[in-house]
Amino acid sequence: MIIAGPPSAGKTALTKQILKRFQGELRIAYLKIDVVKAFEDIELRKEFKIMTRKIYSGDLCPDHAAVMVLGDAVDWAESHGADLFIVESAGLCLRCAPYLNQGLGIVVLSSISGIHAPEKMGAMVSLADVAVVTKIDLVSQAEREVFIQKIAEVHPRVILMETNALQGTSLHRLYDLILGSPEIEKHNLVLKGSPPLGTCTICVGKKEVGWKHHFGVVKKLDGPLAEYLFRGE
Amino acid sequence: MVREITILPGWDKSGNREDFTDINLKAGETIAIVGPTGSGKTALITDIELLAQGDTATKRRVLLNGQLPGDEVRYNPAYKPIAMITQNTKCFTDLTTEEFLQIHARARRIADQKIIQDTISLANKFTGEKIKKDTKVSVLSGGQTRSLLIADAILIGAAPVILLDEIENAGIFKQEVVELIQDTGKIIIFVTHDPAIALLTKKRLIMGNGGVRKVIYQNELELRAAQKLLELDRQVGVIREEIRAGHVITKVNLA
Ligand SMILES: Nc1ncnc2c1ncn2[C@@H]1O[C@H](COP(=O)(O)OP(=O)(O)OP(=O)(O)O)[C@@H](O)[C@H]1O
Ligand SMILES: Nc1nc2c(ncn2[C@@H]2O[C@H](COP(=O)(O)OP(=O)(O)O)[C@@H](O)[C@H]2O)c(=O)[nH]1
Ligand SMILES: [Mg+2]
Ligand SMILES: [Mg+2]
Ligand SMILES: [Zn+2]
Repeated sequence: MIIAGPPSAGKTALTKQILKRFQGELRIAYLKIDVVKAFEDIELRKEFKIMTRKIYSGDLCPDHAAVMVLGDAVDWAESHGADLFIVESAGLCLRCAPYLNQGLGIVVLSSISGIHAPEKMGAMVSLADVAVVTKIDLVSQAEREVFIQKIAEVHPRVILMETNALQGTSLHRLYDLILGSPEIEKHNLVLKGSPPLGTCTICVGKKEVGWKHHFGVVKKLDGPLAEYLFRGE
Repeated sequence: MVREITILPGWDKSGNREDFTDINLKAGETIAIVGPTGSGKTALITDIELLAQGDTATKRRVLLNGQLPGDEVRYNPAYKPIAMITQNTKCFTDLTTEEFLQIHARARRIADQKIIQDTISLANKFTGEKIKKDTKVSVLSGGQTRSLLIADAILIGAAPVILLDEIENAGIFKQEVVELIQDTGKIIIFVTHDPAIALLTKKRLIMGNGGVRKVIYQNELELRAAQKLLELDRQVGVIREEIRAGHVITKVNLA
């Protein structure tokens, strides 16, 4: 399950609700991808006693970094017997979208993020399977409906839900979707969207997940820095 | 059409099961929810608005016409039979009043553009300071925002169930609001600290510690008390408007 969305949208708050719901029922692994700093891995490991990791993308686009490391990361989650693997994206690049052809792609949007946010966020919204609108405790119902309408106009087929992520209200439907989500076939993980143009093999449109499929600026989940800076073939 | 809402018991803040089998609210009824601050009034109407299914802090469940509401009804604003005015008196949306209402009308699948002006005119009946259609909703005052959202709930939300959270606290003409929505065949629920509004409703739910403690039905005497309070309120209202308009009060003769 990929959870995307701009900083402070409530991705971690939503993750915590999911962890609370499935604690003791599913083995859960969690990976946080961020650019320079992230604390979620430590926080969630402490609070929920789950397997967590983080990776900093540094100079790479964080969504590109996600594609590079996701092959390794799925292996890592699998090697620990995880039933559910949650990836929380950095949520910065609005041209890439981190969603895959399998599993659930979730975009988290705060209801106070501004009425034009759904349109501005491009593929992060339009390729998601589910849109979760958070912070509904802070706005009126009319305003929530106006915001939801904007999302529906950008992506008419998305499954919409609203929540107060601090309390986890009205998330039954999401939990059902998680439980109903089929097994991942890890050798067939491909990006849903077409990445933007640029200078690495992801940039030029190769959609396979995992650093082995790419060259240019390559990044692994583990391993020394020098090795993943350039891996010309 | 919504004929009836059923509230099934949940748990209060101390984890005690609420002491009722079910509470039924029927079309045409007005209901007040009263209780001290923090007692769970807003939480209760939020449960109704979300058509909670054990997935809120109170773990209550809410039925429509005696049945579990479907996903469409729960999640799609176009089908949602409930309009709620929250305690919030601020809009964040960077849109003009007109644009805001247009998008909301679209969300509710209303094509007739006349509804926009009608909504603004109705809002202006509730507030002293008039709202213009090209004012940004983010700069409206607390009272103006409340007025607009109430008018919006009545005309654009046009829902058979209306939930109002403390409308008395926003400096709006509550008499007008109360008159307008009585006898509409809707289920109207007021969360209120106002004795006149509380006594005017048919049923009163008393909250405490996050749970419903008691249900009280209106009687003849209470109705008469309410009429008295309203008269008093009207007189207070006249003086309030005089003061707001910068006039000096020159005689005292309250009943
Ligand atoms: N049954 C419950 N179980 C757990 N938490 C609850 C319950 N009922 C209410 N709460 C929580 O208690 C807090 C106060 O409740 P709420 O906002 O509904 O009070 P209120 O009666 O509306 O107060 P006010 O008059 O100040 O508006 C909220 O955070 C709410 O989520
Ligand atoms: N009131 C309110 N605050 C929220 C909600 N969801 C998240 N927050 C707060 O918003 C801030 C950012 O949330 P976080 O989950 O860290 O966002 P992330 O950067 O997307 O992971 C935190 O202070 C949260 O407590 C919500 O639904 N309501
Ligand atoms: Mg986070
Ligand atoms: Mg309240
Ligand atoms: Zn990118």
